[in-house]
Amino acid sequence: MKIEKEQDVIPFRNRVKEYAVKIGMSLVNQTKLITAASELVRNMLKYAGGGTALIEVVSDNRNSGIRLLFEDRGPGIKDVDLAMKDGYSTGKSLGLGLPGARRLVNEFDIKSKPGEGTIVSILKWKNG
Amino acid sequence: MDRIPILRMGKFLLVTIQIDLYDRLATNLESDLIQAVNKTEARGVLIDISALSIVDSFMGRILGNIGSMAKIMDAETVVVGMQPAVAITLIELGLELKGVHTALNVEKGMDLLKDRIGEEPEETEDDENSTE
Ligand SMILES: Nc1ncnc2c1ncn2[C@@H]1O[C@H](COP(=O)(O)OP(=O)(O)OP(=O)(O)O)[C@@H](O)[C@H]1O
Ligand SMILES: [Mg+2]
Repeated sequence: MKIEKEQDVIPFRNRVKEYAVKIGMSLVNQTKLITAASELVRNMLKYAGGGTALIEVVSDNRNSGIRLLFEDRGPGIKDVDLAMKDGYSTGKSLGLGLPGARRLVNEFDIKSKPGEGTIVSILKWKNG
Repeated sequence: MDRIPILRMGKFLLVTIQIDLYDRLATNLESDLIQAVNKTEARGVLIDISALSIVDSFMGRILGNIGSMAKIMDAETVVVGMQPAVAITLIELGLELKGVHTALNVEKGMDLLKDRIGEEPEETEDDENSTE
């Protein structure tokens, strides 16, 4: 799904919700996943002028879940470790988005190259 | 729709958010509420968010802004009806709703506001129940 403007945020969140409901994810986990997703699309819009978001249902033999991939070709992040710290923001904001999103999901992976862009991947299991 | 109605009830302003808000709608609400508090000299603002399925840092910031701006104009803000899943998520996200009170529902929110500012003007002097 293309994320280009602020109006894309809610339809995207609704899409994630549909998938989460379909696999029977608990309401609390749905809420955590969607909140994390909301933070990450907002970052894409604010710092990279947009990007793409991919929704994927994953399952192993025990559990199923949802993986979301956020990819942009924005300026990238110079110091990812620093950006992951609570309270770090170059946007005069709270600096909660990245560290908060990491706390809300089961797996969180970020790759960024200055000048090339940023890829964030998160995974939330249906249960747990 | 690009504006959320603000209801006036005596000294209070009441807002019911019925859908997940686009950013534009949220920022409009923020400025409309501040103006309304100023114009009506309201002493309390009650925001019902029971229909919100998530509160992210953006929405949290809007609510916080409303709370602190209202405070400057001598009005208390109470956010009511937050879904339990939303509350749990907010804590893990690390967002504190600074500057606003919270209550379970509209009725309890009203009680809280009345309590904080005193039902009648003369009551404010011996307001023993103030929940500090
Ligand atoms: N997609 C991105 N492209 C470039 N820089 C980014 C991207 N996402 C985050 N950043 C950088 O990482 C910093 C931290 O991001 P984070 O989401 O944690 O905080 P924030 O967006 O500044 O504040 P908040 O999310 O609390 O409003 C940002 O200030 C920005 O510098
Ligand atoms: Mg952010």
